[in-house]
Amino acid sequence: MTAARIADLHVWRGEAHILHGVGFEVAANAVTALLGRNGVGKTTTLLAMMGLLPAKGSIQIDGEETVGTPTHELARRGIGYVPEDREVFAGLTVAENFRLAERPGVEPRYDLVYELFPDLATRPDQPAGTLSGGQQQMLALGRALLNPSRLLLIDEPTKGLAPIVVEHVMEALVRASSDTTVLLVEQNLWVAAELATHAVVLDQGTVVYTGEMAALATDGALAGRYLGVEVR
Amino acid sequence: MTQHVDAVSRTEPADPALVSTGSRRGRWAVVLGTVVAILAILPWLPFGVPGVFSGPFNTPGTLQVLAVGITLAALAMSYDVVFGYTGLLSFGHALPFALGVYGTNLLMTHATLPYPVAGLAAVAGVVVVSLLLGSVALRTTGVAFAMVTLAFSEAFSLLVLTDPLRFLGGEEGLSLASDQVPDLFRGVVNVRFIYWLALTVAVAVYLVARKVVTSRAGRVFEAIRENEPRVEMMGLRPFPFKLASFVLGSGLAASCGAVYLLVVRGANVGVTTPEFTLAILVMVVLGGAGRLWGAAIGGFVYGLLTLRLSAVATSDVIDSLPGWLSGPLSEPLFVLGTLFVLLMLFAPEGISSVTSRMRRR
Amino acid sequence: MSSFVLYTITGLGLAGLYFLLASGLSLIFGLMSVLNLAHGAFFAAGGFAAWWVMDALTVLPPGLRFVVAVVLAGLVGMVAGALVERGLIRHLYGRHVEQILLTIGLGMAAVALMGGWFSYDPRLLSQPAWFTDTTVIAGANVPNSRLLILGVAAVLLVGLMLFLARTRHGLIIRAGVENPNMVRALGIDVDRSFTIVFALGGLLAGVGGALAGVYFNGISPNLGTTQLIFAFIVVVIGGLGSVPGTALAAVLVALTQVYVNNYLSTGVGSISVVGLLALVLLIRPQGLLGKAAP
Repeated sequence: MTAARIADLHVWRGEAHILHGVGFEVAANAVTALLGRNGVGKTTTLLAMMGLLPAKGSIQIDGEETVGTPTHELARRGIGYVPEDREVFAGLTVAENFRLAERPGVEPRYDLVYELFPDLATRPDQPAGTLSGGQQQMLALGRALLNPSRLLLIDEPTKGLAPIVVEHVMEALVRASSDTTVLLVEQNLWVAAELATHAVVLDQGTVVYTGEMAALATDGALAGRYLGVEVR
Repeated sequence: MTQHVDAVSRTEPADPALVSTGSRRGRWAVVLGTVVAILAILPWLPFGVPGVFSGPFNTPGTLQVLAVGITLAALAMSYDVVFGYTGLLSFGHALPFALGVYGTNLLMTHATLPYPVAGLAAVAGVVVVSLLLGSVALRTTGVAFAMVTLAFSEAFSLLVLTDPLRFLGGEEGLSLASDQVPDLFRGVVNVRFIYWLALTVAVAVYLVARKVVTSRAGRVFEAIRENEPRVEMMGLRPFPFKLASFVLGSGLAASCGAVYLLVVRGANVGVTTPEFTLAILVMVVLGGAGRLWGAAIGGFVYGLLTLRLSAVATSDVIDSLPGWLSGPLSEPLFVLGTLFVLLMLFAPEGISSVTSRMRRR
Repeated sequence: MSSFVLYTITGLGLAGLYFLLASGLSLIFGLMSVLNLAHGAFFAAGGFAAWWVMDALTVLPPGLRFVVAVVLAGLVGMVAGALVERGLIRHLYGRHVEQILLTIGLGMAAVALMGGWFSYDPRLLSQPAWFTDTTVIAGANVPNSRLLILGVAAVLLVGLMLFLARTRHGLIIRAGVENPNMVRALGIDVDRSFTIVFALGGLLAGVGGALAGVYFNGISPNLGTTQLIFAFIVVVIGGLGSVPGTALAAVLVALTQVYVNNYLSTGVGSISVVGLLALVLLIRPQGLLGKAAP
């Protein structure tokens, strides 16, 4: 089963041609890790899938072509997004951040979110900008989990977090991926190995590896070649 | 969303500005020489362009209109350095121009300096002032920079209008201190000398601006316009370059101001206003920002158009229209503003290279 | 002392006008990155709408007529704002430089249009007699019109803050000012808020224009052009996109202007405001309550 199929995807940012014909598939109801060194186009791929960057080529989600569809329309069709650097609304309170994510006609899953992140339930009126990095990450994840989604795009959820917080975020991700498809960008190879079953590796704006996550994680030479200094 | 650029791989051909072949340079010199030569001999030609000018080229009236057009062309080029090449959206370009106009006249009146000295001193003063103002204003970027430069020029405009120390002429303006002006530039018969002075200064502005924008610093200007963070990543501090561009544009504008004072025989509060700054912006965008030729043509056409539209506005055709239509149509700015809006809506691609490049970000 | 009270209340009245013009500019810029140079035209249009009501609807008693005038001024501004956004700005979505240039052309054309219709000579706004009466406050004879302007501006400030704080549209606008793309990624059509913000900005400016007709005792097509410059200064000092910052800066700028004009020398006030701007930029380039560097 394939949840998303990307083919011959080209994306420019200003004059820079970032993605040169990227193509891969995202397996349904599983976690696929999108890996690669810094600056190979991982974040760009997610932004294009979210309709936040103009793209050429094909992005099919559940068989539906989505290139050119406005971002808010994609979100309403069930594509959740957790951006790099969290991007919570710093001036809004925790409760307001969640309220913004509520959708007409969709029952918000506050029970699930507060069960995963009980810490957030205790501080609804705190401005999100004053939360710690870990709390902001939980808010960003919770915001995406508030509505059921068919595809979650998650960009570096453990970036810059303390090890104990990383554990917590990983638990939440395991839970989140139990009933949906996840495409996960992750710099941390062991985190990716822990969470993902499939892997796609990008290099210089093209796909250089697709296959089992386990195979990549155990093959030191392969990982070293494509992930280079980023292997930790 | 994140501004982090994942990978940088340029696929476009090398910047055309870098490709400067000998033949191109030769052709450029021939075109420039031809245009200047034609403009230079106009004061001897006993015929005109009916409909555009009120009389033959060799009449003082037509020459004065042409001199206004040429001075505005030079002014538009000076702004093009700042806006078109460096991408600094200054809304205060009227200020250095107006300081050139007023400064030259005040120095002639109160310091009894002869015109050429007063003009040069005014330009030098504007360079110093724009260094100071630029240092403050360039602490902001983008639209905030636009607002701050607008505020600075408005301050001078208000100073002139309210004139607390009673020497700037207020709404009446100042008349030319003709005692300090060389005989060559005095009297109606000598309008052609003023015309040639305007042409000379315009050519000088063009040559200086071109020299700078094609230099290494000029390429940094364009790099700043295209992508300032990348310039920083390359290890260059954008600030000194932006300041240099701002000061150069201001100095050139001041020299245009010194000439304009002679052309219109006085200093008028109109050149200090924000509306005039916006007019300069319109000139550059109409002609094509990021190309000196384009800006020059824009300034020249704008100058003729505003003068000519006023003539059309008072014509019988307009008067015969119903009041609700003839009123606005007799306002040149209504026609120009509407044209500008339509241009933006329907032909934004054609207007300039800079806006289309900014869009691709 | 009594003159100080008078100057302060006059200054606060002026602050109210600046706030009405600047808050819309600030929100529009904060949400859409559009610098609306046609905003002064909304202001003047509101002024002329009020003038027309006061001039033509003589069947109504003056007090009620003025209420109608202010309401119509707000409506005219609101409709103009919504039309400009829907009809013009929207077509240049994402092209900020062209949007600014378009509003420049629009502002030019609109001012000239009003000039063609109404001429550039100021039109006197006939006011209810109560306006020119004075109320004694702390020994100062304060014209009632000053208090009225102050009151209307304060009510609109509170209303705007409540709208932003309590409604879903307000929530979307506050979030959109921070990060419009993330709002989209949550499934919200931010572009619809663009129209709302433009209409809101137009409404505030239109009411401001009507009140400015009272404050400056006349309405001309250029009414908004001069005030727009001060509104820009207020927006930058307050911090782009911050409504409380705009309110604070409006008070600061207007009081500086009025005090300097009255205690030092007439005409210096406006220039000292530019000095204030330079000072704020040197110390805090992002403005008083602005978050990131603009």
